[in-house]
Amino acid sequence: MSAPATGKQNPAFYALLCALIIMAIGPVLMMLITSLKLNVDIMSDTSGLLFMPTLRNYETALCDMLWYDPAHVDYCDPTFGRALVNSLIISITSTILTLVIGTMAAYALVRFRFMGRDAVSLTTLMMRMVPPAVLLVPVFGIWTFQFAIDGTRAGIVLIYVAMNLPFVIWILQSFIVQVPIQLEEAARMDGAGPFQVFFLVVLPLIKPGLAAASIFTFRIAWNEFLLANALADRNSRTVPVTIVNSLTEFEIDWGVIMATGMLLAIPPILFTLLASRQIITGMTAGAVKG
Amino acid sequence: MTTASANRLTPYLFLAPALIVLAVALLYPICYMIYASFLDWNPSQRIGEADWVGLRNYANLLGDGAFRESLWVTIKFAAIVVTAEMVLGVGLALLLDRNIRGMSVLRTLFILPMMIAPIVVGLMWRYMYHPTVGIFNRTLDNLGLPTVPWLSDGNWAFASIIIADIWQWTPFIFILSLAALQSLPQSAIEASKIDGASGWQTILYIKLPLMAPVLIVTCLLRLIDAFKVLEVILVLTNGGPGLSTEILSLRIARTASEFRELGVAAAMSNFLLILLMVLTIAMYLYNKAAEMRAARIRAAAEETS
Repeated sequence: MSAPATGKQNPAFYALLCALIIMAIGPVLMMLITSLKLNVDIMSDTSGLLFMPTLRNYETALCDMLWYDPAHVDYCDPTFGRALVNSLIISITSTILTLVIGTMAAYALVRFRFMGRDAVSLTTLMMRMVPPAVLLVPVFGIWTFQFAIDGTRAGIVLIYVAMNLPFVIWILQSFIVQVPIQLEEAARMDGAGPFQVFFLVVLPLIKPGLAAASIFTFRIAWNEFLLANALADRNSRTVPVTIVNSLTEFEIDWGVIMATGMLLAIPPILFTLLASRQIITGMTAGAVKG
Repeated sequence: MTTASANRLTPYLFLAPALIVLAVALLYPICYMIYASFLDWNPSQRIGEADWVGLRNYANLLGDGAFRESLWVTIKFAAIVVTAEMVLGVGLALLLDRNIRGMSVLRTLFILPMMIAPIVVGLMWRYMYHPTVGIFNRTLDNLGLPTVPWLSDGNWAFASIIIADIWQWTPFIFILSLAALQSLPQSAIEASKIDGASGWQTILYIKLPLMAPVLIVTCLLRLIDAFKVLEVILVLTNGGPGLSTEILSLRIARTASEFRELGVAAAMSNFLLILLMVLTIAMYLYNKAAEMRAARIRAAAEETS
């Protein structure tokens, strides 16, 4: 602590930094390496980095989406390819819906203030605390017997939108508060209606907030397992569900399962590398302004 | 006239979709769950056909040793994990709070574990804990040490899920406390330096107290999330061996899908919800109290000046 901020740092300090980085990404790298290995290499005693990298595991997982027939795949299991398409459709749709509905609600709550900010943040907090496991029983019952939307993508999208809305409204509120009201009044003077003000003036100004909110929503929809497992049928399964299903078998094909895990992890990793600033902003705004 | 009424309706128009979705897909299911917890209900029945059993589900749960065990495991898990993560996260933040070039890279890499699907985190750790090909046992073996039954022994399995959770969530606390540290008033720290405070004294008497509000909120958020952990443990141990790692969320899921007793699962969900509600309300009240105290101090300062 006593070291001046600009002065030379202790070498031990950099050693610690390197150790931390290795610890943070080591498991991910190990998954990547395993997914590039043949099962013979995975099970052999000579561990380490001496092996021929191969894309075979990825070919096995994605076999029905490839334009060629990989020679080593005897029987093509289309489960994973289908699940990948389902996952993409479900998470993109629910992200878009959540953002549209959430932005409108956040805007109304900030600008027209017919509910105190306290009430909103308390509700958000309450909703945030509800674990997916608690929703499991009622959502299964209602979706199956009352709405009859079990086994459809729409049913899964609906619950994801509902789960993410409180958090998105909360995050976006803190960004909308910062938009100067004079800008909106000026637009209104020029004859813009409330919807024009919202879409043409407010939305462009809160882009960073929208980016943060969409990453969080997409991540949750993309990664969620429990509710998708309860609601999906054979045709609407998402990737996490197929991964867990293939784990319950006695013999685990580590190479292929690591390849599927890697494919599931790629979008969040890309978001992290591209938009870490927005993610950190979203995370700190969510917690610090509680 | 029409524009005026349109303007009056606008807020409701903007709010309506969100309210409808929340009411239909969140509020209604929760009320439904509370109702279902009084029923003897299995998944093949419509809810109307289920028998009303009053408080029997709750009474059975309280008398059920497995449920109490799982409640205890949940509380133990949450307490250990949150304590360890707070100590590590805040410690690292204090240590790394400097102006160095690698910092943004470190922060980016640090949020990776949180962004990756919990299912995949479970997968990675399950591979690393593998009795023969996993890296831990392989390293132990190469060093000539006895291997460890990471996931097949009750106590080790509990330790294993704690290690995995610490790996995944310490960065959350690290990043929030680093943000808090960097927004501290520089003047207070300068002043303490001029007064000759050592590094430890600055941390203990200046930095930590000033960070306290953020730290407490962070801690409670993490605590709430710790009760929600499910997927990592599902993939790693599926609650076993025995009941050693069966946290409440997992037990709810298994009661519903394997034992097919939706009423009991609903009653359990209710327990979990009440537990979390108490935590959340505590957090909210603390926040309110802190705000009021800050306002009082400000008012007092203004009076004296």
